[in-house]
Amino acid sequence: MRRLMPWLISVVALVAIGFWAGCGGGSTSNDILIGEYSAMTGTTATFGQSTHRGLMMAVDEINAAGGVLGRNIRLLTEDTQSKPEEAATAVTKLISRDGVKAVIGEVSSSRSLAAAPICQANGIPMVSNASTNPEVTKKGDYIFRVCYIDPFQGEVMARFVYNTLGLRKVAILKDIKNDYSIGLAQYFEETFLKLGGQVVATQAYSEGDIDFKAQLTALKGAEPEAVIVPGYYTEAALIVKQARELNMTIPIVGGDGWDSAKLVEIGGESMNNTYFSTAYTADDPDSVVQNFVSKYTTRYSEKPDAFAALGYDAGLILFDAIKRAGGVEGAKIRDALAATRDFRGVTGTITIDRDRNARKPIVIIAVVDGRMTYKETIQP
Amino acid sequence: MSELLQQIINGISMGSIYALIALGYTMVYGILRFINFAHGDVFMVGAFVGYFVAPIVAPVVGGSGLAAAVLVMMISMLACALLGVTIEKLAYRPLRSRPKLTALITAIGVSLFLEYGGQLVFGPDPKPFPALIPSTMIVNSKFLVLSSNSLVVIGTALLLMVLLRHIIFRTRMGTAMRAVSYDHRAASLMGINIDSVISFTFALGSGLAAAAAILYASVYPSINPLMGLFPGLKAFVAAVLGGIGNLYGAVIGGMIIGLLETLVTGYISPIYRDAISFAVLILILLFRPAGILGRHETEKV
Repeated sequence: MRRLMPWLISVVALVAIGFWAGCGGGSTSNDILIGEYSAMTGTTATFGQSTHRGLMMAVDEINAAGGVLGRNIRLLTEDTQSKPEEAATAVTKLISRDGVKAVIGEVSSSRSLAAAPICQANGIPMVSNASTNPEVTKKGDYIFRVCYIDPFQGEVMARFVYNTLGLRKVAILKDIKNDYSIGLAQYFEETFLKLGGQVVATQAYSEGDIDFKAQLTALKGAEPEAVIVPGYYTEAALIVKQARELNMTIPIVGGDGWDSAKLVEIGGESMNNTYFSTAYTADDPDSVVQNFVSKYTTRYSEKPDAFAALGYDAGLILFDAIKRAGGVEGAKIRDALAATRDFRGVTGTITIDRDRNARKPIVIIAVVDGRMTYKETIQP
Repeated sequence: MSELLQQIINGISMGSIYALIALGYTMVYGILRFINFAHGDVFMVGAFVGYFVAPIVAPVVGGSGLAAAVLVMMISMLACALLGVTIEKLAYRPLRSRPKLTALITAIGVSLFLEYGGQLVFGPDPKPFPALIPSTMIVNSKFLVLSSNSLVVIGTALLLMVLLRHIIFRTRMGTAMRAVSYDHRAASLMGINIDSVISFTFALGSGLAAAAAILYASVYPSINPLMGLFPGLKAFVAAVLGGIGNLYGAVIGGMIIGLLETLVTGYISPIYRDAISFAVLILILLFRPAGILGRHETEKV
C-alpha cells in the first residue's frame, strides 16, 4: 500500500489537472473567446500593460452592455515577454489550445510579424493595436491594424523636422534588430532627402542595450542639427540622457515608440528639446477622448497613454465587426473588419483601407520642462 | 579620429564597472573553485535597494549630494553583503562536499529565483533610478567631453579596488582568505574557521557588486529585474579573460572588455559588440586557458 500511494496521488492529480484545464476555468461555454498576446513583461512592458488595460476596459464595457450577439466576450491573455519568439508560441497556444475566435496584438511590429503568419494559416482574424510597420498586414487578408503605418509616420516626422524645426542636417540612431525602427528610419530618410535635407551619419544599437555613448560620440563627430531615434522609450530615454551628458543639446526626435510615462521618468530634465509623433494625447479637448480619459483614470488611477487608447480602440473595432458579421466564423469577422468605415475611436476616426491598414490622424508631442505637451495634430 | 580619446574614456568607465563585478566572481572562485552565477543578480538587487533607499535617505542628510550618494551606496552594499552570505548559507554550504557541478547548477537556480522573484516583487517594467549626484561638465571641448558622472564611476571603482587590496593583503581576514584559497585543509588544520572565511568572501564580493550596481544605475538610470544578466555575463568573461582567481586579472579583464566593446561599437558596428567579446573569450581559452594573469594548475589524478 505504501508503494501504491505516490502512484495513486499522481493519477488523481493528473485527472484533476486535466479536468480543470478542460473546463477552462469553469465559465460558460457560450462566451466568445478572444485571444490577446501582449508584452506584459520585458523591455516594452508599459506598452503591453497599457494596451491590455485599454482592452480590458473595452471588454468590460461591452459585456456590461449585454455583450456581442447576446454572448459575453471572454479575453484570454498571453505574455510575450517582449520577445518575437514568445509571440509565435503565445498565438499558437491561443489558437490551437484555447480555440479563440480572433486575436488582438501586438504593439511591436517584430512580434506581430512573428504571429501574423500563424493567424493567417489558421484563418483567425488578427487585429494589431499598434504595429506600424507596413509588412505586418501584408502577411495576409486576415491581418488588420487600428494604427497608422510608418510610411505616413516617417513622412510626418521628416516634414516636422524640415519645416517646423527648420533643420537640414540630421543623424539617425536606429535599433538594428527591430523591424519598426528600421522601417521608420527608412521612411523618414526617404522623405527628408526628397525635401532637400541631408542625413550626415547613421548608427545602430539593439533592443536591451543601455550604453550608447560610443554611437553618440561617433554621431557627434558628424555635427548633425538633430538626431532621429526611431526606437522604444527605454532605450530612447537613455540615449537622450547620454547625448546630453556628451553635451549634445540639439533636438532629438522619435516616433510613437517613445510614448510612455517612463520616458520622462527615466530621462528627466534631459528630455527637454525632444519631440515625438503618436496616435493620441490625453490633452485632446475632444469629448470622446475626455470621456475615455475620465473613465480610464477612475478605473486605473493613472492617465491613459496612446497605447491604452489603441488597445481600447482595437477591442471596440473588433467587437463592432463581430456584431456586423452576425457570427464568429473567421471569414465573416474578416469581411466585417475590412468593411469598417469612419469608426469613431478614441484615437480619431478610423477607416480600414484596401490594405487592411487604418487611415487616421497623427499627433506631435514636445517635451517641455520635463513634461509631455501637445504640439499639433496632422490629418492623413 | 578626434573622438578616439572620448571613446577610450567611455570604455574605461564601462570597464571599471565590469571590473568591480568581476572581482566578486574571481574571489569566490579563488576560495571555492566554483562560479557563482547568481552574482549578476545580486548586482541587480543592489540597484533596487538603492532605488528604494534613496528617497528615504535623501531628506535625512539634506537633499541629493555626496553624503546621500555615499550613504545609499553603503546601505546597498551592506544589504547585498547580507544577501550574499544568506545565499551561501542556504544554497551552497549544504552542497560543499558534493561535486562542483551540483553547486554550479544550484547557482543557476538561485540566479533564476532572484530574477523572477524580482519580477514578482519589484514588477517587470523598468524603473527610473534617481540621480544621486547631479552631473556637471568638467571638460567640455571639441575633442573631449568629461562629465563628473564618468569621473565619479572611475574614481569610486579605483577607491574600492585599493580598499579591497588592503583588506586582502594587509588584514588577518585577508591572510586567512589567501590561506584558504591556497589549501582548504591545511588552512583549517592551522585553526582557520573556513565557514567564516567563506561567508566573509561572499559578503565582500556581493558588497562590491552592489557598489557597481549603484554606479551603473547612476550612469544608466533604468533598472529592471533582468538587468544583472548581461553585465554579469560580461564580468564573468572579464574574470576568465584576466585569469579567474586572480584579483588583478579581474580588473585588467574588465577594462579590456569595456574598451573592446566601446571601440567595436564606435568603429565597427554594435552588432558585433557581444560577438567580439565572446570571441576573445574563446581565443583566450584556446591559447591561454588560465587567462592573462592566471597560473596554470596541473590536474591532480
